[in-house]
Amino acid sequence: MIEVNDLHKHFGSKVAVDGVSFKVKKGEVLGFLGPNGAGKSTTMRMVTGYLPSTSGQILIDGVELEDNEVTAKSKIGYLPESAPLYSDMTVEGFLRFAAELRGIPNSGLTDAVNKAIETCFLEKVRHQSIETLSKGFRHRTCLAQSIIHDPEILILDEPTDGLDPNQKHEVRALIKRMGRDKAIIFSTHILEEVEAACTRAIIIDRGSVIADGTPDELKAKAQNAGAVLLRASGLAGTGIQQELEKLTEAKKVIVVESGDDYIEARVVPAKGKGNELSPAVFKLCKDKGLEIQELRVEQGRLDELFREITKSDSED
Amino acid sequence: MDALLTLILEFAIPTVIVAAIFATIMIFLLPREVRTIFKRELKAYFTSPIAYVLFVVFLGISSTLSFFFMGVLESEEASLLQPYFQYLPWYLVLIAPAVGMRLWSEEQRLGTMELVLTMPLAPWHAILGKYLAAAVVLFGMLVLSFPIVWTINYLGDPDNGVIMAGFVATYFVALCFLAVTSVVSAMTKSQLVALLVSVAICMMLWLSGLPHISNFLDSINEGWWLLIYPFLKLANSLGAMPHFNELAKGVLSLRDIMFFVTFIFFCLFATSVVIRLKRA
Ligand SMILES: Nc1ncnc2c1ncn2[C@@H]1O[C@H](COP(=O)(O)OP(=O)(O)OP(=O)(O)O)[C@@H](O)[C@H]1O
Ligand SMILES: [Mg+2]
Repeated sequence: MIEVNDLHKHFGSKVAVDGVSFKVKKGEVLGFLGPNGAGKSTTMRMVTGYLPSTSGQILIDGVELEDNEVTAKSKIGYLPESAPLYSDMTVEGFLRFAAELRGIPNSGLTDAVNKAIETCFLEKVRHQSIETLSKGFRHRTCLAQSIIHDPEILILDEPTDGLDPNQKHEVRALIKRMGRDKAIIFSTHILEEVEAACTRAIIIDRGSVIADGTPDELKAKAQNAGAVLLRASGLAGTGIQQELEKLTEAKKVIVVESGDDYIEARVVPAKGKGNELSPAVFKLCKDKGLEIQELRVEQGRLDELFREITKSDSED
Repeated sequence: MDALLTLILEFAIPTVIVAAIFATIMIFLLPREVRTIFKRELKAYFTSPIAYVLFVVFLGISSTLSFFFMGVLESEEASLLQPYFQYLPWYLVLIAPAVGMRLWSEEQRLGTMELVLTMPLAPWHAILGKYLAAAVVLFGMLVLSFPIVWTINYLGDPDNGVIMAGFVATYFVALCFLAVTSVVSAMTKSQLVALLVSVAICMMLWLSGLPHISNFLDSINEGWWLLIYPFLKLANSLGAMPHFNELAKGVLSLRDIMFFVTFIFFCLFATSVVIRLKRA
């Protein structure tokens, strides 16, 4: 549904997006991750047809965006980053306006508005002036606007920003639900959301895609993926740390905490030995007569991967 | 009472006809997108205090003006409202930008431009819809100055045809100023900047057509002035005043009307160019 090839955007001499490519099919939810200023919003603005690209290709439903902007735009629902709204309107009036612009026939307007109000839990503020809404409700009103025409493609720039925990949960569930028959792109700084709602995620840094995969694939790329966490006691004189380091399956041992008779250590697997590490550690402990209190294989964590690969950027 | 009835016939009927033509064009000729934008924009004028404030200011100014010229009227019935219409555009230089300043700058300040321009509509739908809404507000102002006409009719016996022509000419000038404001407001997110710059440009547009300036230009025949003469002449010929004067005299020539219409379309087109460049 969405295909982006080698997209570039320059603002004067500043390069905001530098060769981004990705594809989103129907039934997929693509998460955009990346540090502040990475170029997530700029990419979305180009895909929605708001900003013209400097170079590159954007295909919406197989048709190039520039060739038929109005048709492409009619298929997309878009929640901009700042959730902009007309402050002089009421929630209902604004949604009606959006529905009309979206080309919903007059007879279907009321239904469409009611449905969006229900989906985004806006019943309480339906007749309230947008000017007096709280931040979360403003955000939800703008979200409602983006789904009012039941679009095939949804582009949501930080959809859960400013929502309370319950609403965050609802919106994630909503994205996941809608993702079954739509193509969705959403950006977020909350990494759990990626696991909760995405079928795939890309990490963008300084305008380029630096990681791309399913949440599980990405987690497996984290340095500590597959590490074995060991907590054991009864080590008097066993020199367990050195023994662990000697294991061919282990790359290194990071001691988290240790006492006279107690150790908590993370054993990072050597390349390709992820599956054999924990039995080896277990055997070693048994041979040495240690009392194992905890032994588990850690999953890689997205935030670790994120920090590892985008680190240099936050420093400049 | 009779006079009032005649007046209503003479003014209300043309007004209603104009409104009906406008509504017909709106409903049958323009796409729904334009209507939707127009409706929202017009409503926005009346849900905020801006339209009411402007109405009051305009009425204040125009009735002071007419009161001032009333003295002249009593002695010399023939010229009547002529001076009134001569001065009205000077106020429109201020009023029209005040009506139009929010058109695109507010959209940029709120960020809603990003919404509107990602909706399935062509930019000209939005530009025209917004412009027409502001044009209706200006029309409302002129209609509200009807009591002045009534007073004048009560006091004397003016030629209402000429007064009507004065209104038509005034409205055309106001629409030109509004079109200039549309372009300027697309350039900035600050309404104040939009207002000030538009007022300056409208003032120049109005002044550059002054007879003094044309006469002065015609008298140039030597010196370095000749170098910039073509530019001055161009600015002078762009000036709205001569066209206004012709119309206000009740001479409805196609040439003058074409001047206004072309100018307005040019400005609306320029608005779309500015909006496109702003995003690049
Ligand atoms: N109109 C503009 N003119 C100049 N530079 C811009 C413009 N818009 C964005 N940029 C720059 O482009 C870069 C990417 O910005 P963008 O908003 O896409 O980042 P982002 O990934 O969405 O960040 P965040 O997580 O903070 O939302 C930034 O360095 C920003 O300063
Ligand atoms: Mg952003």
